[in-house]
Amino acid sequence: MNVPANLKYAKSHEWARLEADGLVTVGITDHAQEALGDIVFIELPTLGKAVKAGAECAVVESVKAASDIYAPLSGEVVAINQAAADSPESVNQDAYANWLFKLKPSDAAGEMAALLDADAYAKAAASDH
Amino acid sequence: MGKRTPLYDTHARAGAKLVDFAGWDMPIHYGSQLEEHFRVRRDAGMFDVSHMLAVDLIGGEAAAFLGRLLANDVAKLKSAGRALYSCMLNPAGGVIDDLIVYFFGPSHYRLVVNAGTAEKDLAWMARQLADSELELQLTPRHDLAMIAVQGPQARERLWQAYPGTREASSVLAPFNAAFDGDWLIARTGYTGEDGFELALPTEQAADVWAQLAAAGVAPCGLGCRDTLRLEAGMNLYGQDMDETVTPLESGLAWTVALADARDFVGKAALLKQKPTRQLLGLVLSERGVLRAHQQVATEQGPGEITSGSYSPVLEQGIALARLPAGVATGDVVRVDIRGKLHAARVVKPPFVRNGKAMI
Repeated sequence: MNVPANLKYAKSHEWARLEADGLVTVGITDHAQEALGDIVFIELPTLGKAVKAGAECAVVESVKAASDIYAPLSGEVVAINQAAADSPESVNQDAYANWLFKLKPSDAAGEMAALLDADAYAKAAASDH
Repeated sequence: MGKRTPLYDTHARAGAKLVDFAGWDMPIHYGSQLEEHFRVRRDAGMFDVSHMLAVDLIGGEAAAFLGRLLANDVAKLKSAGRALYSCMLNPAGGVIDDLIVYFFGPSHYRLVVNAGTAEKDLAWMARQLADSELELQLTPRHDLAMIAVQGPQARERLWQAYPGTREASSVLAPFNAAFDGDWLIARTGYTGEDGFELALPTEQAADVWAQLAAAGVAPCGLGCRDTLRLEAGMNLYGQDMDETVTPLESGLAWTVALADARDFVGKAALLKQKPTRQLLGLVLSERGVLRAHQQVATEQGPGEITSGSYSPVLEQGIALARLPAGVATGDVVRVDIRGKLHAARVVKPPFVRNGKAMI
């Protein structure tokens, strides 16, 4: 399982990275893309949308199923990756390079600390089967 | 643990993702459902369909029995090896199952029925047989494995792997079958492509699968079997029709022989029915994926998607939907996807045949 050590994770299979500019980049994990299979459609959140940690905020659809993507932190959506929506298969190819959206977090310090580290996520994902 | 076909170990060893399908542990894909889909559309792929059940009917009164049992008319089958698609109905005209019936001779027919309905079908047939006072033997062929080899190159690749089969099978027109030793080779399928369905002794299945793979036939899972059949506009039992709807409401009026004097189970109900619903195709206008059970708004009232997915060939969301009578091809309807209405165009299936877009 590919779980980079420099990221934080939600149990619902999103990854989050706190950037130098204070924004948080969000995507789905390699484990999630593997479980979904061929991704054919991504519905990104609208820019400016305010989200709460754990709220549905995007949808990733594979041929097989639609899967809700949850905001790992509370905040405002300040960027969306249209390139990923235009080429959904890119998320299958590299789920960590092809992020979905960026949040301006309302409580980065507190909420980042509440997310799982790589080891904890790898364990949680492994027991998911 | 579910039931296993003779190819279960082969699938597991090949790294297939195995899922439950109608009580069977079946491969959904071997890596990428999309790649498998395109292998079938462009070259050749194979499916383990051994979970389906072949039932032999043997006896001089088999034709009389099937004439009463099936909505399509086996009297259309005049030469040995001819196959026919039919629904088996209950007295209300509801679809108990859809099946293929093969004619091998006046006292030998074979039905191939769905996995999920096999036990129900056998019980229904046994009861119909008891009520009919006709004499014949119903034999479920659990000793047979079935492999569907599908795609524009499917026949050539079978002949490459088994040159001996060419003589018996190269003369077969679509929907015809021939015995070749202990194999039945049928030019049938569920993908909208050319190809064969092989029925062979279970103990040969793993070897035949390996030989076909060596000849370049890609192992394919039930995932792409579903997107292929949907593109081909073919109904899936339990999803697009079941016992609560008739063939006339399921795009299957062409499979019902109503005109002649023959009486069959469900006929009286069908003759009385004025269908208020119909099964048609939908193509989503924007980007996205259609899914079963999404609600459809039309000018004639509400409808519902029965099978929906993403068409790899069209690169659009497509679906079969049960819509009110009066909705016509070319109409634009609205599909509720996660609470938002999205425009979709009504089309007459198939969406794709022999690798080409049809809509």
